[in-house]
Parts: sequence; C-alpha cells; structure tokens
Amino acid sequence: MNNLIEVTELSKTFTLHQQHGIVLKVLRNLSFSVEAGECLVLMGNSGAGKSTLLRTLYGNYLAAGGSIRVRHQQQWVELVGGAPLQVLDVRRQTLGYVSQFLRVIPRVATLDVVMEPALARGWGKEAAKARASELLTRLNIPQTLWQLAPGTFSGGEQQRVNIARGFMVDWPVMLLDEPTASLDERNQRVVLELINEAKAAGSALIAIFHDRHAREAVADRYLDMQAPCTADQEFVYAG
Amino acid sequence: MTAAVRVNRELAALEPLFSVNNVSKLYGPDKGCQQVSFDLYPGEVLGIVGESGSGKSTLLSLLAGRCLPDEGQISYLREDGQLLDLYASSEAQRRTLLRTEWGFVEQNPRDGLRMGVSAGANIGERLMAQGVRNYGELRGAGISWLKQVEIDPQRIDDLPRTFSGGMQQRLQIARNLVSSPRLIFMDEPTGGLDVSVQARLLDLLRGLVRELGLAVVIVTHDLAVARLLADRLLVMRNSRVVESGLTDQILDDPQHPYTQLLVSSVLQP
Ligand SMILES: Nc1ncnc2c1ncn2[C@@H]1O[C@H](COP(=O)(O)OP(=O)(O)OP(=O)(O)O)[C@@H](O)[C@H]1O
Ligand SMILES: Nc1ncnc2c1ncn2[C@@H]1O[C@H](COP(=O)(O)OP(=O)(O)OP(=O)(O)O)[C@@H](O)[C@H]1O
Ligand SMILES: [Mg+2]
Ligand SMILES: [Mg+2]
Repeated sequence: MNNLIEVTELSKTFTLHQQHGIVLKVLRNLSFSVEAGECLVLMGNSGAGKSTLLRTLYGNYLAAGGSIRVRHQQQWVELVGGAPLQVLDVRRQTLGYVSQFLRVIPRVATLDVVMEPALARGWGKEAAKARASELLTRLNIPQTLWQLAPGTFSGGEQQRVNIARGFMVDWPVMLLDEPTASLDERNQRVVLELINEAKAAGSALIAIFHDRHAREAVADRYLDMQAPCTADQEFVYAG
Repeated sequence: MTAAVRVNRELAALEPLFSVNNVSKLYGPDKGCQQVSFDLYPGEVLGIVGESGSGKSTLLSLLAGRCLPDEGQISYLREDGQLLDLYASSEAQRRTLLRTEWGFVEQNPRDGLRMGVSAGANIGERLMAQGVRNYGELRGAGISWLKQVEIDPQRIDDLPRTFSGGMQQRLQIARNLVSSPRLIFMDEPTGGLDVSVQARLLDLLRGLVRELGLAVVIVTHDLAVARLLADRLLVMRNSRVVESGLTDQILDDPQHPYTQLLVSSVLQP
C-alpha cells in the first residue's frame, strides 16, 4: 500500500454566529485514503459537502475533528491543528489545489500567475517560464493574453489559467474542484489528459466532476458523500 | 522566491525570529492591547486586522519597542545569532535596532520621512548611520532604490514634499529597506492612498517581501490587503486577539463571531 493521504474520522461544522448560531454539520466522520497514481472522485448532491471536503483538506476550512495526514517529503504530517507555517510548507511542496474559480490578483500578468507555484519552490525564472508557456499553449490561451492580468478574461479563459497554474508543478497530492466545468470539449480533453498524466506520474488525486463523461475518464474509485440528513438533524441551534 | 528565501523558510521551522510572550499595555479598561503572544519566523508576513480603536497601532508600537509594556516579554534573534530581550535593552539599543535590522513604515509618510532633505538623502541616511561615507556609493544606492520603488531616479535631489502621497509612501519604503533589514513593521501603509495607487504599492510590497525574504508585521483594516500580503492573521477586538491562523482560513472560514461579522461586512476580501 502506497498511500499519500490518509483521512480519519474527519468532521467539519460551520457555526453561523450571524444567524442565531445555527450549526451546520457538513462532514461527519469521513475516513478514506488515496494511493499514488489513484484518483478518488467525490460523489453527492449539490450541498453534500464535496467542495467543503477539498477546502478542509487544504486547510482553507478549519476541521472540527479527526485527522488529515499527508506524506510530505518522506514523512507523515498531520494537518489538523498543524502550525500555519507547516501547512504553508505542505501547500508549497506536496498538496496542490485547483479551486473552482481563479482568484485574480490586480496587476499580476497571466504568465506570472501560472509560474508562481514553481517560483515558490525555487525554480529558475527561465525554466518556470518555459513550463508555463507550454501549459498555456496546450490549454489554448492565445499568446497575446499572457502579459495581461486575467481579471478581464472570460470565465473559461480564467479557469484554464487556473488549471495551468495548478499543473505547473508535480503535486504528490492534488485536489481538483470541477476542473472541467465551463470548458468546451476541446479544452476538457486537454484537462483530462493533464489529469491522467499526473496520475501516471504518481500523484494521488481527489476530484469533483459534474460531468459523467469526465468522471469516468479518470476515476479509479468513488467516495459517496450521501446527501445531508433531514433538516432537524442537520440544524442545531447553539445555546 | 529565491533559493535563499527558501532556505530561510526551511530554517524557519527551527527558530523564531521574533517571539512575543503575553504582552500588555492598557490605557484604560480594554483600551490598548493585552495578553498578546505569537512567534514570527524569518520571511513570514503577519497581518493584524480589527476595527478602529481595537489596539492594532498600540500593539505595533510595543512590538517595535517604541513604547514599553505594562507586562510581557519579547525576544528577538539578532543577525549575529544572539537573543535580545527587547524590553530589557536600553532605549539607545532599541533605537539602533529600528534603524538597522528593523524598519518601520508609518501610515503617514510625513512621520517616516525627513521632509526637509532630498529623496536621495532620505534613502542614504541609514547607510550613513552604518558608516557609509562614500558619496558615489550613497548616490548609487539612492538611484537604485528609487528605481526599485518605481520613482524616476531623476527626482533624487527633489524634496519629498514635491512628491505625491503614493510616491512619498514608496520613498519611505525605500528609506527603510536600503539597510537590508530582516523585520519590517508597517502601520496601514496603503491607508491614505487611492485604490489604483494602492494596487501598485501592494504589488511592489509583495515583490520585495518575496525577493528579500523579509519578515513583516503589517497592520491594516483592509482585508483585501491582508489577503494579498499576509501568510497569517491576528484578529483584534477591544484590545485582545480574538482569533489567529492562516490568512485564507481566517477569511474564508472565520470562527469567532466578531471575525464572522468583520468578514461578512465586506465584499469578497
Ligand atoms: N464558508 C462557509 N460558511 C458556511 N457554510 C458553508 C461554507 N462553505 C460551505 N458551506 C455550507 O456547506 C454545505 C456544503 O457546501 P459545499 O459547497 O461543500 O457543497 P458541494 O457538495 O460542493 O455542492 P455543489 O455540488 O453545489 O458544488 C452547504 O450547506 C454550504 O452552505
Ligand atoms: N497614548 C495614548 N493615550 C491614551 N489612550 C491611547 C493612547 N494610544 C492609544 N490609546 C487608546 O487605545 C485604544 C487603541 O488605540 P490604537 O491606536 O491602538 O487603535 P487602532 O486599532 O490602531 O485603531 P485605528 O484603526 O483607528 O488606527 C484607543 O481607544 C485609543 O484611544
Ligand atoms: Mg462544490
Ligand atoms: Mg492605528
């Protein structure tokens, strides 16, 4: 067994202090692991907590309990309750996340947005630029756009820039939130190729796809995140 | 990020640069700041956010050793490897530190610049304090730093008073960075500027922080600025830190009722 990520009894709740302290129990006692070269696809209705799970794994949302262990530079690292500096190091070297939408930084050119994960790992500028150019070309972003900040790009263009950035470096563990949504068929195909290349290179992937065809092209296993229970179980009013 | 910065970050796992232990200073009940503790590592950017009057500037002055606390300690790992007990050291020592290994960027550039001398002299001052006397070297540093902060080097002999607010702020940053500090304190550095000027300054700061591997403590009430610059946040309210953690986690999944209110009252920080 060559697990790269192991999740045990993970739970996530939101306490909405602005809304009478409602407690949403979104993830309950989830346990699973993913091996090198394997793609686990999250299944469940809208609102089942798929995106929440990815964000919690990334440390963007704070876990309420349980354990998230990641194989980071030959060692197991616990992310639940981990020090911010440690989490940032895991994010730089081990754990990649392609969010559903690109977060645009004012005045930063597309090429620089894409190169950043490599520069953060200490790549030279030229090597990073070569790799970024290759990805942008594959994802059909016209070269005339590379020096522009992506703020004014179309939704699909922004998403492709986001994907180029996500695949800029090899990630031992990679989280993908609907990477093919809002792409045409030609670009969807490129993304599925990139995903399969990452698998072949030994990444462990956890992904969400709405599109069944895309899902079946890359999934090895499915995690069923059953729809939330009935309302009275779901909502708890905190004292 | 350069290799040097990466090494810095790896070393960071070992020893904090700056260690704050239970620091308090109160001007009245819950006015000021109390019981603040945190560690800052080399190359790390810490943001302090919170509403007006929550104690951010008070805390920053305490951190920079500009005023003394009612209680608490701070230790700083000096460049020469010695640990310095900030509040046990003399005022002269603390002032020297602020001019050499540290820097302080004021909200109002008038407080951080010498308005009566040229831009070049403003930049050269720290170098002179470090013993640089060669005119060519001082002038060279002036020109090079004006370029780095995107000010036309031809303005080197002009007085800061003839500069726009954004230029003055950039000059203040150059004046602080010229001595290669390891730790910079900033109080609302983009505060009085309009949005387009702010974006440019932030861009500049992001680049410099990364290239130079600076540790930064930055006070801001602007959550978008915090998101852009800070690795980690402290959220202050009524003189206390109510929440701390990774910047994106605090902004996307705030836990404390006050932080939830703060985040929900702005559009997509
Ligand atoms: N930051 C947040 N604060 C409060 N509640 C949240 C937050 N993020 C998600 N939720 C809640 O968690 C639940 C799960 O949302 P999530 O986005 O994970 O669903 P999903 O399975 O990805 O759905 P979809 O398929 O529609 O994208 C929803 O009820 C949502 O409102
Ligand atoms: N020197 C002083 N003497 C008396 N009270 C003071 C002094 N300095 C600060 N205070 C009080 O301490 C509290 C915190 O002030 P501080 O300047 O730290 O707030 P801040 O968070 O920086 O606010 P802002 O966002 O408005 O700059 C305020 O109530 C202020 O009036
Ligand atoms: Mg989702
Ligand atoms: Mg203040």
